[in-house]
Order: sequence, then structure tokens, then C-alpha cells
Amino acid sequence: MESLKDKVAIVGMGCTPFGEFWDKDIIDLIVEAADEAFADANVTAKDVQAAWVGYTVQDNAMTGIILSSALQLQFIPVTRVENACGTGAETIRGAALGLASKTYDLVLALGFEKMKDAGFGGIGQAWPGKWHPVYGAAPEVGGAVGRYALAATKYFSTYGLSPEDGKRMLAKVSVKSHYNGSRNPKAMLRNRITVEQVMNAPIIAWPLGLFDCCGICDGASAAIMCRTEDAKRYRPKGDYITVKASAIACGPGWGKERVNYGYTVWEETEAAAKQAYAMAGITNPRKELSMAEVHDCFSIAEVIACESMGLCEKGHARDDIESGAWEQTGEMPVNVSGGLKAFGHPAGASGGREVYEFYKQFQGKADDQTRQLKDLKMGLSHNQGGHPGNFVAGITIVGEPPSR
Amino acid sequence: MVGIVSYGAYVPIYRLSREAIGAMWNKGVGKGERAIANADEDSVTMGVEAVIDCLHGMDRSQVDGLYFATDSPPYIEKQSASIVRAAADLREDILTFDVAHSLRGAGSAMRAAADAVGAGSAKKVLVAASERRIPAPNSEFEVQFGDGAAAFLLGDTDVAAVLEGSYHLTSEFLDVWRKPQDTYVQTTEERFIRDEAYMKMIPQAVAGLLKKLNLTPKDITKAAFYATDARLHGAIAGAMKLDPKTQVQNPLLDNVGNTGTALAPMILVAALEDAKPGDRILFATYGDGADAFLFKVTEQINNIKDRRGIKRHVASKMMLPNYGKYVEIRELMEWESPRRGARRSSLPVLWRERKMIFGLYGQKCRKCGNIQYPRQRICIFCQAKDDFDPIRLSDKTGKVFTFSMDQRAQEIVLPKVFTVVDLDGGGRFYSVMTDRDTTKISVGMPVEMTFRIQMGPSESLPLEGSGLYNYFWRVRPVRC
Repeated sequence: MESLKDKVAIVGMGCTPFGEFWDKDIIDLIVEAADEAFADANVTAKDVQAAWVGYTVQDNAMTGIILSSALQLQFIPVTRVENACGTGAETIRGAALGLASKTYDLVLALGFEKMKDAGFGGIGQAWPGKWHPVYGAAPEVGGAVGRYALAATKYFSTYGLSPEDGKRMLAKVSVKSHYNGSRNPKAMLRNRITVEQVMNAPIIAWPLGLFDCCGICDGASAAIMCRTEDAKRYRPKGDYITVKASAIACGPGWGKERVNYGYTVWEETEAAAKQAYAMAGITNPRKELSMAEVHDCFSIAEVIACESMGLCEKGHARDDIESGAWEQTGEMPVNVSGGLKAFGHPAGASGGREVYEFYKQFQGKADDQTRQLKDLKMGLSHNQGGHPGNFVAGITIVGEPPSR
Repeated sequence: MVGIVSYGAYVPIYRLSREAIGAMWNKGVGKGERAIANADEDSVTMGVEAVIDCLHGMDRSQVDGLYFATDSPPYIEKQSASIVRAAADLREDILTFDVAHSLRGAGSAMRAAADAVGAGSAKKVLVAASERRIPAPNSEFEVQFGDGAAAFLLGDTDVAAVLEGSYHLTSEFLDVWRKPQDTYVQTTEERFIRDEAYMKMIPQAVAGLLKKLNLTPKDITKAAFYATDARLHGAIAGAMKLDPKTQVQNPLLDNVGNTGTALAPMILVAALEDAKPGDRILFATYGDGADAFLFKVTEQINNIKDRRGIKRHVASKMMLPNYGKYVEIRELMEWESPRRGARRSSLPVLWRERKMIFGLYGQKCRKCGNIQYPRQRICIFCQAKDDFDPIRLSDKTGKVFTFSMDQRAQEIVLPKVFTVVDLDGGGRFYSVMTDRDTTKISVGMPVEMTFRIQMGPSESLPLEGSGLYNYFWRVRPVRC
């Protein structure tokens, strides 16, 4: 089994602002993200030989045609991928595999989600038209928060945190993300918040309150990719990044029905991280990763994801949160972009948006220079879809191209 | 000797004080309280509770029939008894039917069951009665009605109360009625009903029965019979020449309410709970006439143990804080339309997985011994293939492993408490917690299973599920 490490490069990227765009359609989002990426790589739609497009559930889109029709791609292969919130990672992975196999030389990976045409808040229906008694019992409709809240309750009780202490720990995660997002022009929520505001916010699904939850919004992100040996055709060295690892882990599911499932580790994320670290040759992620963009659909998600990926020792997130280790200036910066918390989570777009954060940081082009990190080597992008015990996790590690 | 082999009952956990009703309508309505079914309960789910209570510790496969009496069935066309049978995990090759359209249904079912056993077409037959009628707001019925259920197993061995005889009276008396399109029970002048029906029919049937058996009112140890309120109940007892202090079983009207078809059966359960061998218990139902039965209690009564019955269920209660909460759980108002579309029920799934959904059967891996739910082909623990034994989980208790309380779920009573339960004896069950006090839920808390409406065809809040009653098992804190 060969590693994907450094075989493919990202030579252009685009990302729309994330937000509630009442005046934009799916095609607007696609065209905006793709335009920025094409211009960034100095290519046109005609140069693209194949494309991967990722989105989850859209009433107004189907198959790969949504991408080819929006961009007027002329009869090239477009593959639609879907792996819930791991869709973004899956889109990049598909494109990378297409390049690594040498079937194509220049490809587009684009993820989008138009969530605000639904007419209601929260997440849309994953399986409309179907009722299953076991899942009927579950908050399938608008209830991801109820599922993640199960993990928060269990995390608190496992590590001996009172609900008050537990909520305070989580509040600090959200305060940090809002602070980072407030300095990111493309973020949806750019307000700074305080721990007290988080603590006093209305409960959505106890123990999680309003500020423990990320928003739902519209957005798109795009990457132009080629094999690493061709990257210099598009950009000078030092200005593009290579894919160090691309991993997907689909869990066997039924975690919530399995007595040995503890709700304090994201097993799928742990497995995807293991795959990704092996591929990238990482042995000490906390030391070797310059930054991590982590799936923080809810505050508790970030906490458990960091522990599951070995960015933090299990059960010790509170120490890192207290010491500021996950802040921009900390030992392991997490969600410097503002994360899903500040950006919102248009499912198909988030994975690419996280890679975009590293890409811009690596090029020294963080929109707001107060957010700029230095000496970046490798960054991790993580997403997971589904619910505790039943996830698909996607991890993309990108970084500085190899020296030779 | 045909008679009652076992009994059980159910009273929902919620009570609404009559004071709260009076406060709502600014009038004096008397004392006491009504038992109110939760938003996820109906006559079927309460019937299941009573049947399971009745069969506690017994082999459920011995039941040869289920006759289900209710005037508040979930469906006008579609049997309720078949749902109760499936949830109670009784055999499929048994006779089930509903007795509806009359408050006297439980009496009719009791006679039919006794006849079936007597004739030898069945060895053991269940008779269940359950009621959840909705009284019109600010009506006399609103003060009187309550919700509840009772069940009896009839047989000819191990009989705890021998049926000595019965007497049946049919009368074309129009006192209460409800047309298919009526939400609420209709009625006429109560003085007329009192004088010509209540005061005459039960006494007439009882007199006929005593004459037939060559007995006098003095031979009755306890009388369990229907009436709409306590004063009337006393008056009927007087008409039957019974001593109200010693011979009349408390009719539950003050603390449970008039549970319609289920009322006299519930009073009978209460009487049997205190009965001693040799006692003679009168059981009389009313509605379009009257039925009177006389039972003689045997030594076997002492072997019926650990029933929640009436006593324990009545003692276990939570007060609705006000009339508004009652309006909410009984859906007496039209709510804001939901913004999300509803999902449909898959009837092929319901059919295919009926044993799993209604009977709550999980499976136990023969290789690794782990219990799992729902049904799998490959063991989720050891990956062994197709090597399982079925195991019923509906009678398991468990401990809360974790939970959350969703304030925004599509549900009538919020928050919706999602609960992960580790079952005693193995297995994990993911469900919703009902009949709970949200300030008292904790990890490790003991819970038990209860059959409920998971999603119903609410008139005003279109929940999911194709306009059907989608029944499934929930968990609740161990009740009593």
C-alpha cells in the first residue's frame, strides 16, 4: 500500500464567505468559489480535466451535473461525492486519487452547501420520507445537538466534572472560536463573546446551549489540484502546498447500541487520524502539526476530537483549555480560522474551507494579519458526519512541499 | 370452575387537580384529582401496561385470547387488540377482538371470555379495558373524567376468583354518545339519566343476579360498580341495599376519575387487591344496560403477587402544575404549524420488523453472548454471522448511561429526553425518556420500558409518520 504523501499538490484555492445568503443560489456559490480558485491557479475551467463535487442533501441539486452546469464544464467527468460532514475531505480525497493514479493531470475539487433555502433553522432532513422506529426515536430532524449533548453529559460524568464546570470548560472553547472568527472576514459570526454569555444562553439540548452550537449557513470552497511534479507550472515553490495524507474512516455504526461505546472518544476520528498520521509519517501530532482545523459543530465535538486525534491526552482537554494551548498563540492552535463555530457549517464546503485556512496561512496571506501564524509545516483538517457512535470521519493533512 | 386467574391495572403518572380546573374556569368544581394520560399514551398503550401487569411473572404464551374493551380506540377502522397483543408479546395464533361503542364493553368481554373458557375453546383468555376519553373543556365531564386501564386473565385452573354467575340487561337508553365526527362526549339532562338509568339499571341487574344465585345483598363482601361521581355512586349502593361503609369498594372517582369502560374493572382490581379467600365480590358495568357478575375469592388470591395494580399506581404520581400543561399534553389547542416537513412511516418496515418494534425483541450472540438491538446480521461485538437467539427486552430494566434534553425537537412535551440505557443483564437501548421529572434525571438512574406513541397523527401539530400512530418503546424512571 503506497502513501499519498506529497504526490499531489494544491495550486489554487477559493472560498466564498460563509453566511446566510438570501440573494445567492447554489450556482452563485459554485461560481464564486471556482472563480477565486481558477484565478489563484491562473487556469480556466477549460484546463480542468475532471472534477469532484461534494454536497450532502440538496433539493435543488443532483449528481455531478450541478457542477458542470454551473461552471459550464464541457462533457468532462464530474463525480458527486457524499459522506455527510466528511464530504469536503472526501471531495479532496477523490481528486487526489484521480491524480495519483495519473488518470488526470489537473482537477477541481469543489464542495458546497446551500442550507438556508430550507425555510427553517437547523439541519435539514437526512432521510426525508423514511421513518424507522429506532431512528424515529432519535432527533434525526434538527437534532444533531441532542446526539452530541449525550456525549457532553457522559464526558462530564466520566471525568468528574459537575455540569457547571463542564459547561464552563466548553464555554471557553466557544469564546476562543468567536475571538478567532471575529478577525476572519469570511466568517459568518464575527462577534466576540464572554464565558458568562455562553453560560447564560438558552439551552438548546441540555447541557449544550446556544453558543455551544455552530450556525447553519451557505458556502462553497474549491481547490485546483495537480501532481506535485507539475505544481511549479502554476505557482512558485513555497506558494503551493502538498497533500500529506487523506483519510476517511467509516465506523461500523451502532455505537450508541453497543455497551462498550463510551461516548468520550470519537472512534472514527481516532481511526482516521491513525490512517492519516501513518500516511504523513507523523508520530507526534501535537508537535508536528502547526495547526488543526477541527470539526466543532458543537463545543463538545472539538474537545473530544482533539483528544481522539492525540492533540491532547484523553481526559485532559480542560487543562489545555485552561492553559490556552489551543489558542492562536498556544502550543497547538485549534480552529484559528474561527472553526465551524464562527463560520457555520455548510456541510459539503467545510472540509475545503479548513484546508483553505492552512493554504492561506502557509502563504502568509491570512486576511487579517493579527491571525497570521508563522513557520507553518503541516496543518490538519478534520470533519465528521453522523452522530456519536455512528460517524464517518475525514482528515486531510496538508503542508510544505518536500524539499527536493 | 371458571374465573379470574390474575389481574393487573394501570393509572398514568400525571394527575390534574380539580382545583386547577376550577382555577382555569373560575368556578368551584370540588376536590380531588384526575389521572391524565401523558401525550404519548392512549387506550392501546395503557392497555398494554395493564396486560403486562396482569401477566407479571407468568408465561405469556399460555394466553389463548385477548378481548379489548375501549370507547377511545386510536383507530375507528383497525383493531386495537392486535396492537396490544403484539406489544405484550402474546402468541399470534390467538383470538383477538375489540369491544367498543359502549361503556359496558368490559362486562361483555368478561362474559365472552368466561364462556370461551367454559366451552373449552380457550384455556386462558385476557380481558382488558382501557379508556382515554377527551372531555369538552369547561364541561361537567372535564371535572369527572380520568384515564386508566385494567386487565384480567380468565381461566379454569389456578382460579383466584370463581365466577359464580352473571346477569345481563340491555336497554335502549340514550345518555352519552359520540358520533364518529365528535371529539367530545355528548349527553343530555343529568337528572333524567340519574333517575331512569343510573339508579335503576345496575340495581336491577344486581337484583336479578342475586335472585338467580339465591343470595341477598348481605352475601356481598365488596361491590365494584360504575358511577360517574362519588355522590351518585353512594346513592346506587343505597339502592342496592349495600352498607356504604363496609360493602362498597372505593370507586376511584376522587383520585383517578371516571375512566369509562375501564372504571368498574379498575375498581374490581382494587377490590381483589384487598380480597380474602371466601369473599364474594360483585362486579357491575353500566352502559346501554348493565352487567352484573359475582366472584367468590379462593386461596389462590394470595399467590397473585407483585402487581402494581391500582394501589401502587395510584400512589405513584406527578401533579400537572396547571391547566396549561394539561392543554399541552391533551393537545386541546391548535399549535403553530411546524416549519419542517414531516417524514412518512414505512409500512413495509413496520411489518418486516414487527417482532423487533412491537415485541421489542433483540438478539443475543451465541458466540460472544452480547445482547444487541436492533436486529443485525453480523454481530456488532464479535462479527459472528447469523448466530443469534432472540431475546425480549421489553421486560428489562436498566441504568441511564447518558442523556440529553432537546428543547427544539419535534415533540409535544419538551424537552425531548434522549436516553442511552445499559440494560440489566446486558445490551444497550437508545430511546426517549417519558414520565420524567427533568430536574431529577441523572447518569446511573434506574429505568424501565414502556410502550408509547412515538409519533402520532396530531391534529394540530403534524408529527411525523403518515398520519398513523407509530408505537414504540420508550423508557421511564422505574415507576413504583
